[in-house]
Amino acid sequence: MDKDNKDTRSDDEIIATKFVRRSDKNVSMKATSDLQERRLQAQMARRKVFVSSEKFSSIFDSMTQEEKNAYFDKERRRAKGVLRRRTIGRNIWTGVGVVIASIAAIIAILPLFFTFLNSFMTSAEINDNYGMVFQSLSGHSDSAAKYLSSTPVLKLIPEQVTIEQYKTLMFMSPTYLLKFWNSIILVVPIVIGQMLVACLAAYSFSRYRRKRREILFFSYIILMLMPFQVTLVPNYIVAEKLGILDSIWAIILPGVFSTFSVFLLAKYMRQIPSSYIEAAKLDGASEWQIFTRIAIPMCKSALYAMSILLFIDYWNMVEQPLVLLTSVDKQPLSVFLSQVNEAEIGIAFAASALYMIPPILIFLYGEEYLVEGISRSGIK
Amino acid sequence: MDKEAINNNLKPHIRKATAAEKRRAHNIRKIKEWGTFTAYLTPSFVGVLVFFFVPLLMLLKISFQKSSVNTDFAGITNYLRVLTNDAFISASKNTLTFALLAVPLAVILAMLLALLLNSGLPGKSLFRSILLNPMTVPVASIVLIWQVFFSYNGVLNGLLGDLFGLKSTDWLKSDYAQVVILLLFIWKNLGYNMVLFLAALGNIPTEVIESAKMDGASALKRFFSIKLYYLNSTIFFVGIMSLINSFKIFREVYLLTGDYPYENLYMLQHFMNNAFTHLDYSKLSAGAIVMCVVMIGILGVLFFVESKTDSSVEE
Repeated sequence: MDKDNKDTRSDDEIIATKFVRRSDKNVSMKATSDLQERRLQAQMARRKVFVSSEKFSSIFDSMTQEEKNAYFDKERRRAKGVLRRRTIGRNIWTGVGVVIASIAAIIAILPLFFTFLNSFMTSAEINDNYGMVFQSLSGHSDSAAKYLSSTPVLKLIPEQVTIEQYKTLMFMSPTYLLKFWNSIILVVPIVIGQMLVACLAAYSFSRYRRKRREILFFSYIILMLMPFQVTLVPNYIVAEKLGILDSIWAIILPGVFSTFSVFLLAKYMRQIPSSYIEAAKLDGASEWQIFTRIAIPMCKSALYAMSILLFIDYWNMVEQPLVLLTSVDKQPLSVFLSQVNEAEIGIAFAASALYMIPPILIFLYGEEYLVEGISRSGIK
Repeated sequence: MDKEAINNNLKPHIRKATAAEKRRAHNIRKIKEWGTFTAYLTPSFVGVLVFFFVPLLMLLKISFQKSSVNTDFAGITNYLRVLTNDAFISASKNTLTFALLAVPLAVILAMLLALLLNSGLPGKSLFRSILLNPMTVPVASIVLIWQVFFSYNGVLNGLLGDLFGLKSTDWLKSDYAQVVILLLFIWKNLGYNMVLFLAALGNIPTEVIESAKMDGASALKRFFSIKLYYLNSTIFFVGIMSLINSFKIFREVYLLTGDYPYENLYMLQHFMNNAFTHLDYSKLSAGAIVMCVVMIGILGVLFFVESKTDSSVEE
């Protein structure tokens, strides 16, 4: 290649022409062009380029440097504007989202606040505020409903903060405490018993998977999904046959054998890697050892979650005591709370607040486990 | 003599097991395994048998008897008696109406909230805790507040009267009674459903969403084409749980309004409870069997639909 020719071309053009077939150009330099051609092809093959292309020309080629700068400045400003608008838009959406979520959260939490704050009012104040509400109720009261024209005042903050209601509740009226105690002796044995039974059953279901067992497991699931309307009648019949009707065992025993936690724990235990169990087996562990040393520790969070869920569920129960416990003094507080009469509205607020404290404390303590337990129950 | 024969005769401890012996050992191992795991299952199984399965069979028997004293075969008269009973019909109608209202609403609202919380909102876990809180609160504690709001002399009437000059109504004894209960139901179940949806949303692979974003799919398009596909089984699960919970709504209704509520709040459980107090066993058991069959039917349809629609999502 001659030097004069090369000097006149710009760098861009040299690069561009490298990839253009030039067989028509180099008629006079046939000897060198052959070599060049082959070199070029080898180079392109090295770069894995097999199709050469025409030179790319853009609108910038015709621009001077100033024009280019002006163009780029304009573009930069435009891009900034777009970005800013986008950020503002996103912020607005986030704000709207936060507002919506906050409204939902306030609605969710408001009843709790009401109950708690109102329980610190004096009973006179509560009567002033809500007395007329309870005169218009006819659900449980004996007298007919009185429709008044006045409506209550919603008050969040008590005029005078007292713990008078709680004092009355604790020391003056034994019925409420008795009902509270009834709730405890119903719920705690159910939770403990069901956990024990369910752990064993879930381990069996997760380790021994044959066709008939799977059918049994499926029937457990169906049983779990059955509403009270179906299961209460069988419970009643059995309780009558066993002679435990109207005793706490009529509620505790069916509760212990309820299948909900079997289902959830089996789901957890099936996720234990089989290599763990095989390793333990090779080391000579018995099934009991595998159960206590591997299965239980690996499901610890599920066990916590289950106990919390069960506690919340059974603390809330109304149907079973209503049907199975005929004598009023054995019923838990949840049933009794709906039957407060007018004279005891103040104390009812305190009792309501007291009744929701244990589950809320447990919730605050084990929220992580609870969320994990719920989440995992939904995933296949 | 070949080597194996010598071994069999002289060193019995290292001889190879015959096929029969192998089979026997295998059977013993199988039986042992069965025994162990059945032993683990026994407490639960016996309990479930005694307290649920056997009584259900007894129920089936009772439902065909004339009465608990007269054990003659009565054919389907009990069922006819239940199915033509006005109280039963209206109770099941109310329960079904409530379920049809409550389940879709609970599912959709929970899904929207979960999507909202999942869209990079600040304070996600705080909102989650607060929204989950109502689930833990016993209904009995909330009944008072609900009455303060919705009774005739309640806050809502006061507000409506002040703002719009509306006439007071007793909400729990009006045609809107189910709406009041619906509010309570959603208030209580929204958090639980939302946590389920949040878990499912967290399980969607981020690459899929990211690449859809890169390809310029709008938020709506991303939701309908990608997220909905992954949420399929969760929607099903949440739907079932909401259905079950909507059958439990008797608790709230009972605590708010007692044994005999306004007619459109008369739920199946009311019917059952009142039958308990009259000790009409044959009617009761026929009703329970009808409920059981209907439930199994609904669940069967749901499971069938689910297995048809999302066999591809499961692992």
